[in-house]
Amino acid sequence: MAQDAAQGVTGRGFDRPGEVPGWVGYALLPLLNLLAALVLSGLVILVIGENPLDVLALLVTEAVGYPEAIGYTLYYTTSYIFTGLAVAIAFHCGLFNIGGEGQAYLGGLGAGLVGLALTGWPWPVAALGAVALSALFGAAWAAVPGWLQAKRGSHIVITTIMFNFIAAAIMTYLLVDVLIRPGSQSPETREFDPGVWLPTMDRALGWLGVAIPASPLNLSFLWALACCALFYLFLWRTRWGYEIRTVGRNERAAVYAGISPARNIILAMAISGALAGFVGVNEIMGVQHRILLNFTGGVGFVGIAVALMGRNHPVGIVLAALLFGVLAQGGGQVSFEYPTVNRELVMVIQGLVILFAGALENLFKPQVEALFRRRGGGAAHG
Amino acid sequence: MDDALLVALLLTDATIRVATPLVLAAFAALYSERAGVVDIGLEGKMLAGAFFAAAVASSTGNPWLGLGAAVAASVALALVHGFACITHKGNQVVSGMAINILVAGLAPTLAYAWFRQGGQTPLLPGEARLPQVRLPGVEALSAIPVLGPVYRELIDDANVLIWLTVLLVVATHWVFTRSRFGLRLRAVGENPSAVDTAGLSVTRLRYQAVIITGVLTGIAGAYLSTAHGAGFVRDMTAGKGYLALAALIFGKWRPWPTLFACLLFAFTDAVQVRLQGVPLPVVGVIPVQFIQMLPYVLTVLLLAGFVGRAVAPRASGVPYVKER
Repeated sequence: MAQDAAQGVTGRGFDRPGEVPGWVGYALLPLLNLLAALVLSGLVILVIGENPLDVLALLVTEAVGYPEAIGYTLYYTTSYIFTGLAVAIAFHCGLFNIGGEGQAYLGGLGAGLVGLALTGWPWPVAALGAVALSALFGAAWAAVPGWLQAKRGSHIVITTIMFNFIAAAIMTYLLVDVLIRPGSQSPETREFDPGVWLPTMDRALGWLGVAIPASPLNLSFLWALACCALFYLFLWRTRWGYEIRTVGRNERAAVYAGISPARNIILAMAISGALAGFVGVNEIMGVQHRILLNFTGGVGFVGIAVALMGRNHPVGIVLAALLFGVLAQGGGQVSFEYPTVNRELVMVIQGLVILFAGALENLFKPQVEALFRRRGGGAAHG
Repeated sequence: MDDALLVALLLTDATIRVATPLVLAAFAALYSERAGVVDIGLEGKMLAGAFFAAAVASSTGNPWLGLGAAVAASVALALVHGFACITHKGNQVVSGMAINILVAGLAPTLAYAWFRQGGQTPLLPGEARLPQVRLPGVEALSAIPVLGPVYRELIDDANVLIWLTVLLVVATHWVFTRSRFGLRLRAVGENPSAVDTAGLSVTRLRYQAVIITGVLTGIAGAYLSTAHGAGFVRDMTAGKGYLALAALIFGKWRPWPTLFACLLFAFTDAVQVRLQGVPLPVVGVIPVQFIQMLPYVLTVLLLAGFVGRAVAPRASGVPYVKER
């Protein structure tokens, strides 16, 4: 019995059937971590002199309280699904891809080049082209760090950080010196031909006779959901997915089973980069309709939080992306209503969620497990 | 001749001023990473230091209290990192990332709420900034060619934190090569179980290391907002934490090479400012962005083994689990 308790403390509990129910691991503990992050965020709100409950209520209302707000929330959610999936597939291969930001940025370049090149074409062609080229650009930008890790032993975390900075520098150069709209002062390209814009959801549903309020939410939301399904099928139903997960679990065992870690590391990073690149489709083809500076605004980093909260599973990722979408939309609106609150409050909450859901994921595990074991033990003996 | 000397001196002066926060942050990470705790949260700790230094200096008028607040805030974050990575054996990269994002949001949020100036602190008056150290004999030496201008431009009137950084470099060299504490730190980053077997606490040593990291990043932040600058502005670290990390890797986790990497990166920055729009022979005008990305490209090439090999401390990034 004492030995059991000791094992529980060191974190073996989840592998033992019948002792701690599975939902504790994938639902209760993440919720506790989220709660801890929210409580601390509430303290920050108290420190800046507002009532946390009022702020929270307003935040939720402004994010999901009326149809137009929901559209905005889902528009943020779309990008977070892409970057969450991107971080997750790398995680499954045992890699930590911090480069989502740079990959999304270059993905936007790919989508944008299609938008600039195609004028007078039907939008479905442009959409397909943008999906293909943003995937290609994002994948290429991520595959290089993957290759460097697999073949040259560079540390992927460091190289992807460096690649974020290099991507930012390249994009600034391109937008300031090469792609800039002639005669313009601000570093951005000309607007694409409206015919190739990715239709917004209200327009698309309008064709079906369904009327919803206008918002930036566009068809790439459906593509994000499709990517979730494809992600699941690929990772758990194909041989390639199996190989990637095997390398992530135990590289030496993978080698023993005839699976090449190097090949799978590069593959996983390329897919990861392609997924992050789709942010460009949502932002550039769906909303901005031009390439501009810093349109990513931290989505790559939010993806880390989304993947951690969502336990690297597509269903979890959709839910976590929704949560962060609510925060992004609601948080932005709250800053209009409260003079002391600004947009960056959302980053505080994101940071705390990453801290508790990621780095301190086992903070409450011993206590919760002990609680269940005591109850379970009590029932067995009583 | 005198013009060339003056340009060289101004470049050197700019290099030193840009290099100081880099050296402080890179040496901060040196302690942590040599002890086996990866720290990509330098950026966040520096930013917190910069904000609290400026906020306290602004409200009390005393830059030294600001420096103390910066160190306190940064150490607090370092302890959070330690709590997650050492005590709870959490993912060190995730923890560092969380701290960066948290502070990137927290600093402007607090600044906005306290000072109502769009996420900045008020501009600090001269007496609320960390002082420069006046040395005697500037007039006496200025008549001497070469030595006079060198003394005037570089040595005299350097900020007190620049001197502190010089001391830190020498002290760090001594700590890591001569002191018992430094040898133990290095050991705990290479082979923690051996240190454990020798009856030393891995946990205790690593906490000491991350606290030193916190102190130094706090000073680096205070330099940015109360010595080099005159107040906190949003995103004022602007990637310097990551650049310091690059310098540490470029310096192969050793004090002197790390110092030279910091100086090299700072020099490219100083040169870039002077080269803006100036056509060079053969290549023409180099876009600023290409010079700015140089340190990052160099680090990638180094890590790939194209310019030598950078080997991290063997146990870095790995939480120590005592065998039962």
